[in-house]
Amino acid sequence: MLAELALPTRHEEDYRYTDLAALEAAWPVAREEIVVAAGESGQLALVMGEGAAARHLVITLGDEARFDLRVLNAAGHFGRVAVDVRMGRAADFTLGCAQLGGGDETVEIVTEVTHAEPDATSRQVVRSVLGGKATGTYLGRVAVERGADGTDAAQSVRAMLLDRTATANARPELEIYADDVKCAHGCAVGELDQTGLFYLQSRGLPPAEAKRLMLQAFVAEAFVGAPDEERLNAAALAALEVLL
Amino acid sequence: MLQITDLQASVADKPILKGLSLTVNAGEIHAIMGPNGAGKSTLGYVLGGRPGYEVTGGSVTLDGQNGEKIDLLELDPHERAAAGLFLGFQYPVEIPGVSNVQFLREAANAQRKARGQDPLSGGEFLKLAREKAGLLRMDMDMLKRPVNVGFSGGEKKRNEMVQMGILDPKLAILDETDSGLDIDALRICGEGINAIMRRPDKAVLLITHYQRLLDYVKPDFVHVLAGGRIVKSGGPELALQLESEGYEAVAA
Repeated sequence: MLAELALPTRHEEDYRYTDLAALEAAWPVAREEIVVAAGESGQLALVMGEGAAARHLVITLGDEARFDLRVLNAAGHFGRVAVDVRMGRAADFTLGCAQLGGGDETVEIVTEVTHAEPDATSRQVVRSVLGGKATGTYLGRVAVERGADGTDAAQSVRAMLLDRTATANARPELEIYADDVKCAHGCAVGELDQTGLFYLQSRGLPPAEAKRLMLQAFVAEAFVGAPDEERLNAAALAALEVLL
Repeated sequence: MLQITDLQASVADKPILKGLSLTVNAGEIHAIMGPNGAGKSTLGYVLGGRPGYEVTGGSVTLDGQNGEKIDLLELDPHERAAAGLFLGFQYPVEIPGVSNVQFLREAANAQRKARGQDPLSGGEFLKLAREKAGLLRMDMDMLKRPVNVGFSGGEKKRNEMVQMGILDPKLAILDETDSGLDIDALRICGEGINAIMRRPDKAVLLITHYQRLLDYVKPDFVHVLAGGRIVKSGGPELALQLESEGYEAVAA
């Protein structure tokens, strides 16, 4: 336990891109345990607060349990969300995370999803919009343990840079010890499609409006199907307006 | 309405338009035809203000609301739209996640705001959109879908015409609106162009390879664009002559 209380260094993989000074203000980070019993389902929409904030969720899903986690990591100077998930047989985990940062903000999400038993499914969608000198990070490990056949895991990670001075780090990682598994990951860092922007502007939308419309759609991919999709999209839009 | 004088433009430092002059008056439909690589699409993009299409000489003016001459090249793309210009794309762009109706309502109201008009309410907009979609025989459900995503080539072109109907421009530049259309869609688009734009206070510049669209949208003037210039102008008969004899014979 003592070891966990010491402030990490950037030599540790999970903290490689973090803002240590800001992390110190939020340290130590309590582990928040969430247990979903077999066959049950749960959900959480996490909207990160102002200043320096760090959360660490430890989620255990029983057989055939389901959990839907949505994260809007946007409001503060530093926002870090760590999520560890351990899944039972045929459990289902969904993560939809939008990260928005400008100035010299750091937003990061670090996940470790463990498929411990057969036939579990996990879906992770992370969308980041970064301007100024902001840093946005996704570090996501999917571990498929021996015998967890029939695993279906997907990671879709995309970041949009509004300025060339912003930084996106994306590292999906797979560790597979089972035979019959389906693990997909897609990862892309880019800028707004200039042709699309011109198309929208050619119809009369001013540049900022055209950008907002496209980014709104991009970020909304993280919240598709969420129980409170509308509220999350509205909060994300408010955060987006600040960036533009 | 539109005066293009000695227009020169480059793409990636390569000169494409080399002194193009053209005057389009209100109430007229002009067709621009020409071989591949002549600069037809470049002309459309230059008039629309696409980044990367650099004007190196000449001038373009558009008549304003009170007959004043607007220097089109000074305006940003969205300001050109508000001034009454519509560019129909040869390859309409897919915008995932953004619905047609949301995009078009925001675009129409941005134009109205720039012109000092009140915005359309949700109900007013939907009524207008329904009317124009009906004109182009497009299902309203398609207008609720993301812009052009999953649309066939023909549906994208019809969507362009629906957008034109909703935005109600005074000058439309239509870049190969007929490409990718089957025979029925060609007729529907042609009739749409006539219904929306064949007015004494509007004008159209049709950019096309083929005569077939001109069977439905009868041009008043036909121009041949080759090597970055208008090399020949005439009436509708010129399009027929081009079709039977080819560009090389006619433009030489």
